[in-house]
Amino acid sequence: MKARVHITLKNGVLDPQGKAVEHALHGLGFGGVSGVRQGKFIELNLTSTDRVAAKKEVEDMCRALLANTVIENYAVEVVD
Amino acid sequence: MKAAVIVFPGSNCDRDIAIALEQSMGKPPAMVWHRDSELPKVDLIAVPGGFSYGDYLRCGAMAAHSPIMREVKRAAEKGTRILGICNGFQVITEAGLLDGVLMRNKDLRFICKDVHLRVEDAKSPFTAGYKKDEVIRVPIAHAEGNFFTDEDTLKRIEDKGMVAFRYATPEGDVTQDANPNGSLNNIAGIFNDKRTVLGMMPHPERLSDPTLGGTDGRKMFDGLVEALS
Amino acid sequence: MNHQAKKITAEDVKTHGLSESEYAKILEIMGREPNLVELGIFSVMWSEHCSYKSSKKWLKTLPTTAPWVICGPGENAGVIDIGDGLAAIFKMESHNHPSFIEPYQGAATGVGGILRDVFTMGARPIANMNALRFGSPDHPKTRHLVSGVVSGIGGYGNCVGVPTVGGEVNFHPSYNGNILVNAMTVGLADQDKIFYSAAAGAGNSVVYVGSKTGRDGIHGATMASAEFGADSEEKRPTVQVGDPFTEKLLIEACMELMATDAIQSIQDMGAAGLTSSSFEMASKGGMGVEIDLDKVPQREENMTAYEMMLSESQERMLIILKPGKEDLARKIFEKWELDFAVIGTLTTTGRMVLKHHGEVVGDLPIDPLAQASPEYDRPWVKTEVDPVVKAGDVKDIDWRHALRNLMGCPDIASRRWIWEQYDHMVMADTAQRPGGDAAVVRIHDTDRALAISTDCTPRYVKADPFEGGKQAVAETWRNITAVGGRPLAITDNLNFGNPTKPPIMGQIVEAIRGIGEACKALDYPVISGNVSLYNETDGKPILPTPAIGGVGVLDDIDRMTTVAFKNAGDVVILVGQADDAEGWLGQSLYLRELLSREDGAPPPVDLAHERRVGDFVRGLMHMGMITACHDLSDGGLAVGLAEMALAGNLGCLLQDPGTPRHSRLFGEDQGRYVLTVKAADADTVLAEAGTLNVPAKMLGVTGGRDIVLADGTSVEIAELRQLHEGWFPTYMSGKS
Repeated sequence: MKARVHITLKNGVLDPQGKAVEHALHGLGFGGVSGVRQGKFIELNLTSTDRVAAKKEVEDMCRALLANTVIENYAVEVVD
Repeated sequence: MKAAVIVFPGSNCDRDIAIALEQSMGKPPAMVWHRDSELPKVDLIAVPGGFSYGDYLRCGAMAAHSPIMREVKRAAEKGTRILGICNGFQVITEAGLLDGVLMRNKDLRFICKDVHLRVEDAKSPFTAGYKKDEVIRVPIAHAEGNFFTDEDTLKRIEDKGMVAFRYATPEGDVTQDANPNGSLNNIAGIFNDKRTVLGMMPHPERLSDPTLGGTDGRKMFDGLVEALS
Repeated sequence: MNHQAKKITAEDVKTHGLSESEYAKILEIMGREPNLVELGIFSVMWSEHCSYKSSKKWLKTLPTTAPWVICGPGENAGVIDIGDGLAAIFKMESHNHPSFIEPYQGAATGVGGILRDVFTMGARPIANMNALRFGSPDHPKTRHLVSGVVSGIGGYGNCVGVPTVGGEVNFHPSYNGNILVNAMTVGLADQDKIFYSAAAGAGNSVVYVGSKTGRDGIHGATMASAEFGADSEEKRPTVQVGDPFTEKLLIEACMELMATDAIQSIQDMGAAGLTSSSFEMASKGGMGVEIDLDKVPQREENMTAYEMMLSESQERMLIILKPGKEDLARKIFEKWELDFAVIGTLTTTGRMVLKHHGEVVGDLPIDPLAQASPEYDRPWVKTEVDPVVKAGDVKDIDWRHALRNLMGCPDIASRRWIWEQYDHMVMADTAQRPGGDAAVVRIHDTDRALAISTDCTPRYVKADPFEGGKQAVAETWRNITAVGGRPLAITDNLNFGNPTKPPIMGQIVEAIRGIGEACKALDYPVISGNVSLYNETDGKPILPTPAIGGVGVLDDIDRMTTVAFKNAGDVVILVGQADDAEGWLGQSLYLRELLSREDGAPPPVDLAHERRVGDFVRGLMHMGMITACHDLSDGGLAVGLAEMALAGNLGCLLQDPGTPRHSRLFGEDQGRYVLTVKAADADTVLAEAGTLNVPAKMLGVTGGRDIVLADGTSVEIAELRQLHEGWFPTYMSGKS
């Protein structure tokens, strides 16, 4: 079983990388872009076969290590 | 005073802090490898700068979960003084010993240069070698030193006087121009609420020797030795 | 895929960069047709990079010995005796092409590679330097390349925890399609703990340590060959990716193992990784080697023998262990969480035998292959040198305008934007930070220090390769002298265009001759180096760029000198200006930046004069007579004085510099320094100079906030600072 974790900055947390990307996109002529936020994507293989348990386990991983919940949100998606 | 320096894979200021400590203590600190689960009994634990675990995932995140950090936290609870410098600040913050988080510098680049700090509180053993409002010169060298926290926490930090150092001009003015990385309220270093833990981005150990261009950092270590002996 | 069974075609030979005559030689050595794995190995070992086939004939002419040279060229890096039982180990190496393709990773892996070259010999790296050349600032790719290269160098060096203490940067349109990224590492070792690469001891284990092997960096031309199947492109990234964290662990693990008595010989896996390391170690020791490729730690699935032998995955080393030391070594590498595998043994057969899946997939004779390594005497023609430019034929521009312009021009503007991105203080021994004449790094736990400088003035080399080669060496010597160092030896990184073109080959030959002549005259031998050829795009070559990295020693760090004016009222003295009729404007930045001219003969270097003047200046420093010192180079006297004023935030009042004024202020005559001394010492210094037949002349006194000439005209330091500091940040922000 595979899990995909998306880690994003919480709203209101300044994201200088996102801002720089947005600025660069504008510079390249993509004027209609706003609100660029950068995050992380992590893919994991799990031995578990229980989707619910797997999701919970990965959420524990997020709280323990993968995300810093002071500034980051996470979303876990379990796929077969 | 007895001291220990925690060494993670990727730490690279462990020798520098050990030398600075030895210079003030007259004897070398114990070097403790991250996989050790026992800490010697000491008065001060230093978590040095560097790139623990390559700074992969988030700076300090993986080191914060290494076995030795459980011991460091336990020692902190008992009142052992903990000093985290640069990556060490990131580690102890990730480990929950201090409030807030160190984010990417506002201009995104790694920055290595001398900065001026205004000493905000001289009552802790860490800052006993300084006077309040004294301006000191110490280098920074980091890409993620932009101190951030939510409004409520920031208010609590300020209300309780937990700010140790702020980035300032050589004259001691706390201005945006003097802020190298975008830190909230120009915060360069903070205490926990009991002032037993200090985390700071600047490197006092790098200006503790006149040959290297300054000794303002040395006063921190001399002050610690005096306060904790 | 069965590379062994495949018949070699003419196309294979060509894509492996081998000529027909080279292939004929291969058939002769092998006594049969090679298979693809073997062809790959020949191709790598006989490549320009590994064999120096175009330059070897000329490199042999360089002086490489001195009483203090412990190991000259031929090992991973050169070694010199710096006293007290210590050795400095250093080398500079290019990573030009990869850095153009992917500037961050190209530069980062360049730093990683040169660090390994140094610590593989037992030295702890204590300083990184670099020499960078970019295209014209207004070329659309330049900004992106500067940004990527600088953050790549910083990203790697900062993480590994070795300070990047200095370097040089030039911009010129000839590098538009071919930037130069030359990285240098200096390390420190005990003289009795130096490790070499010659393998010895039949039966000894061949050990692989570090990162796993992937398909990184397998040669582009070979990748294109059809045998690899249509899906192969995706599988084979040509860009190597660096992992400085692993490198840091590898340094610590190797240092720990080196402190034991377990290593017989050791070499890093650099270009062409496993092939060149195992081959060179066996070849140097006159041994054979048998490798079981199944034992090689692999990052990807289904790797072929060919891929494993040619992979350029980073952060890997090959070690020959003394008998019975396997467990001890394994424990150390496991502690540092690095791969450790015994992949083979040394033999007495004199052959390299490769096994994979139980079959022999390669079997080559080592000595004949090494000895038959091609050496070419390529045809060359001498560069025709332009006539000397007369000052009278050069427009005299208001010196204030010229100085402002030069201080803010791309080749002179402050490099602070760059070096603030490098951790130049980690290890707490950096006594002189970037921005001065040479970096000074204290030898840990002593009061002594190393001075390091990288230099080359490519426009001089282009105009006159012989004088330019001399100048590059002399400038490092001068820069080391200017901080109080005793210059000891150099590493050279020779970057040129296509050597099959006689004019380019002529640049190589003459520049090497110039380097050799300067090394001899200054007792300053070449102890390591690297050659990078074919630096051309669409047939347009780069400016010939033999970058030189010099290392010297300061016996007393308290005698270190910096460029900054220190005290108001100090006397400013110009040393080394021969009393010629006029200053040398040919090939000067004044000519290029203000008059858009790149003509004329470059300033000649009188090596006897150079040495006499430098020894005099160093002598004064030892006597504690000098308060500031700066060598004069790009931009001449006016720029040198302005740099001293900016560093000290203190102006100066100057006497009439002589005529023609623009040639005196901006001429780039060689072998000169500006000094300041306490007013009371000025007469002594001038008299001493007279005795030693060193030209010296009082220029003025320090003081105030401006640079003022005798006629009352002046420039404010604050204004110069804005121009000098402003160019880089403004340019990089994209606003210029």
